[in-house]
Amino acid sequence: MTITKEIVAEHGLAPDEYERILAAMEREPNLTELGVFSVMWSEHCSYKSSRKWLKTLPTQGEKVIQGPGENAGVIDIGDGDAAVFKMESHNHPSFIEPYQGAATGVGGIMRDVFTMGARPVASLNALRFGDPSHPKTRHLVGGVVSGIGGYGNCIGVPTVGGEVNFDPAYNGNILVNAMCVGLARTDKIFYAAATGIDSPVVYVGSKTGRDGIHGATMASAEFDDASDAKRPTVQVGDPFTEKLLLEACQELMASDAIIGIQDMGAAGLTSSSVEMADKGGVGIHLNLDKVPCREEKMTAYEMLLSESQERMLMVLKVGREAEAKLIFDKWGLDFAVIGNLTDTNRMVIEHQGAIVADMPLSPLAEGAPEYDRPHTPTPAAALFASPDTHPHNLPDTLLHLLADPALASRRWVWEQYDSMVMGDTLAGSGGDAALVRVHNTNKAIAISVDVTPRYCFANPIEGGKQAVAETWRNITATGATPLAITNCLNFGNPEKPEIMGQFIGCLEGMSQACRALDYPIVSGNVSLYNETDGIGILPTPAIGGVGLIDDHTKAIGAGFTQIGQRVYIIGDDGTHLGQSLYQQIILQNKNCFAPPCVDLDQERQNGDFVRQMILAGHITAAHDISDGGALVALAEMCLASFNEGNIGCAVDIQASHAFWFGEDQARYIIAVPVTPADACAALENEAAKNNIRLTSIGTTQADTLTLPDHAPIKITHLRTTHEAWFPTYMEGK
Amino acid sequence: MRAAVIVFPGSNCDRDVAVCLRQICNTQPIMVWHGEHTLPPCDLIVLPGGFSYGDYLRCGAMAANSPIMAEVVKAAKSGVATLGICNGFQMLTECGLLSGVLMRNQALHFVCRNVRLQVQQTDTPFTHLYEKDKEIVIPVAHNDGNYFADADTLQSLKDNGQIIFTYGEGDNPNGSQLDIAGVCDKSRRIVGMMPHPERRAEAALGGDDGLRLFAGLLEAVA
Repeated sequence: MTITKEIVAEHGLAPDEYERILAAMEREPNLTELGVFSVMWSEHCSYKSSRKWLKTLPTQGEKVIQGPGENAGVIDIGDGDAAVFKMESHNHPSFIEPYQGAATGVGGIMRDVFTMGARPVASLNALRFGDPSHPKTRHLVGGVVSGIGGYGNCIGVPTVGGEVNFDPAYNGNILVNAMCVGLARTDKIFYAAATGIDSPVVYVGSKTGRDGIHGATMASAEFDDASDAKRPTVQVGDPFTEKLLLEACQELMASDAIIGIQDMGAAGLTSSSVEMADKGGVGIHLNLDKVPCREEKMTAYEMLLSESQERMLMVLKVGREAEAKLIFDKWGLDFAVIGNLTDTNRMVIEHQGAIVADMPLSPLAEGAPEYDRPHTPTPAAALFASPDTHPHNLPDTLLHLLADPALASRRWVWEQYDSMVMGDTLAGSGGDAALVRVHNTNKAIAISVDVTPRYCFANPIEGGKQAVAETWRNITATGATPLAITNCLNFGNPEKPEIMGQFIGCLEGMSQACRALDYPIVSGNVSLYNETDGIGILPTPAIGGVGLIDDHTKAIGAGFTQIGQRVYIIGDDGTHLGQSLYQQIILQNKNCFAPPCVDLDQERQNGDFVRQMILAGHITAAHDISDGGALVALAEMCLASFNEGNIGCAVDIQASHAFWFGEDQARYIIAVPVTPADACAALENEAAKNNIRLTSIGTTQADTLTLPDHAPIKITHLRTTHEAWFPTYMEGK
Repeated sequence: MRAAVIVFPGSNCDRDVAVCLRQICNTQPIMVWHGEHTLPPCDLIVLPGGFSYGDYLRCGAMAANSPIMAEVVKAAKSGVATLGICNGFQMLTECGLLSGVLMRNQALHFVCRNVRLQVQQTDTPFTHLYEKDKEIVIPVAHNDGNYFADADTLQSLKDNGQIIFTYGEGDNPNGSQLDIAGVCDKSRRIVGMMPHPERRAEAALGGDDGLRLFAGLLEAVA
């Protein structure tokens, strides 16, 4: 078959990219080889638009064992333990088929983590949907949530946190970002690099079918009206098989038979074999006749590009095949030696007695195109002037905000996720950061996922800083020390200079924050072309932060624990209403104003102080101030006191709407016991010594939240208001 | 006390319950693979929660027919205390050791949350350390916990005091009949329950109402 211009275009390759293929191959590729190039050079696999800029991110740190470039990042959490984590997008498939798209997103990221020798212990997600009134939104929310639950619940890894947002900018492109955290021993981390000429290449897991062919290419293109017809390129998940695969891999990893291991994710067998061989600096020979298939008469092209789930590729030490096979037999999984390593630096594929592909490895991997796409910086947005009059009084404004889809309780979502399996979840969804105990120890890891896309849209640099800072703050508010982050960078079409400008701006802001907070990036994923009919999403660099607390009994939550305690705001007064939920929801002003600035020095200073005071036992509850501002944060602390029986707060200061609803950064609300009698004075002194601004705003009390000159708000009423929207919406009322 | 935890492909609460047996009952349970044909001598058998065989068929139906289950049924009938939690409860109904069935939750989706439970019967080896009619809090996490039986069966369960846990008033998470959360057989030594006592057996996890079930077993069956 001759390769025509049309065939090249169908494979998502630009004419000049095809010229590069001809040069690398030194001949015309056949269709199978073209297919391999097309997936390896897709945006999804090659990061061709983003690579130049990803290299600028800070990835080094004292605790970093493995930074970006492997299946997942690895950090040292002491005592020979390591946390292994990554976040990944499954946006395009989830829009087309929400249940399977989301489910396989969860499965894929878990495989990335357990491939490295870690046992997954926590799953989180960051979900973004279109306007609730858009006809597709409810269906997508229902499908994605049950897909995430369906996979995570079955495999038995607790889903402990995440976020759900709505914005019309996601009407045509929802975002499903899944994060997984695993635990391993630092001396038992497994990598992808394949070494040892003649070492057997082993295929384990599910059989290969025709599902997901060209998924990576789909995820590298914009959507149009015909996108529904792409359903066959969405993979189907089987969490049961993944659970077996996890247990079998863990069993084999306890031995020393494995040289390298890589999951078959995007671009399946192709990308896993190319990555393993390329990282090890060797060649690879595969015989596709040995690949376990579940459909008949699959061609080499189909087998190489299939994205069937729950499969792994391993390179074993010579002679260890039999003991490995015994383990996979026990778990009822396919095990097949499908090839071996060579010294040719080429990938050679054999099928039905013929060589169907023979290609040099390096052009496929690091030799993939890298573009410096044109970019224009996002113009500065105007400052928003706080209005003189306000539509509602403070209590009514608060109730309005808590009832809005932007802030309403996500209980409907997280009660569909098993958050407790494995018996180590100390704090799940609904707080600042999730806390998961390191099994059989007193340590716990704290995990938080965050980004505020409307800030990123208005000012990518400040938005990028804020996303990183908010996860840092959430982790800090539990008493844990933030250690490192993963990210999932969701943007529109990078071929548009303004989108590239957003991307570069967000990365610049993230870098600044990571450096200032000693909070390196150890893994990540980029999802571009989130556009439909030319309309892009808000720039959404989702950040997943991981921290550590050495003694989990010192950790605190956001909920008030006792009445009669002093409540303080740490940080400056609220003033900034631009890009706040107050501006958008209460004032109904959707214009693009400047978001709050993030002062990273202050962020660090305030956060370090809060953490120090928590660990010293001076603070009983802490919550960061973010979406909705200080009064919303205060209300959330009342709502979170559920287990203690509805503790409210008597506010004793008079303040403006901007004070209560401004979304200024680097701030927390804390509760402090009043006994011993000098406890508050001691804390105030300590704050003064450290140059920390502390404002006393009230005292905790039973059952109600009261503001001066206003009728008390019952916490039960706050709760009903906060809980109402989601279930009502999902029932279609 | 000698305990056996049966591990099926897809079980995922086997480790959690083993931790409780170690920490509370001071015993290292024997983990028995589903494909085994013999059961070690034991005083307690636990069928743990999870998604045995993926629950792709009716929940627990495949597990009820796995090789080890013939031995489990034999041992349970001979008086070995047997506890089925969540997926384990589904297996016990599927293999006929307990009456009734567990249907899809009324709301048609998975539910994971703490629920209030009423301990209805305290004359079993599992519940004797609880106070009768006192409310406790234990989490549920399931897709199919909606207990159903015909009127005669329900009447007989009531008459024989076999309904040992019910959901607290207004806190039924799945639509089960008579708010049933857990039942026992006539010998009172085989118990199935949807809530997970192993998930709330230490204060660090938010509460320890599940602890007394394991502590009670240690006293009663060892």
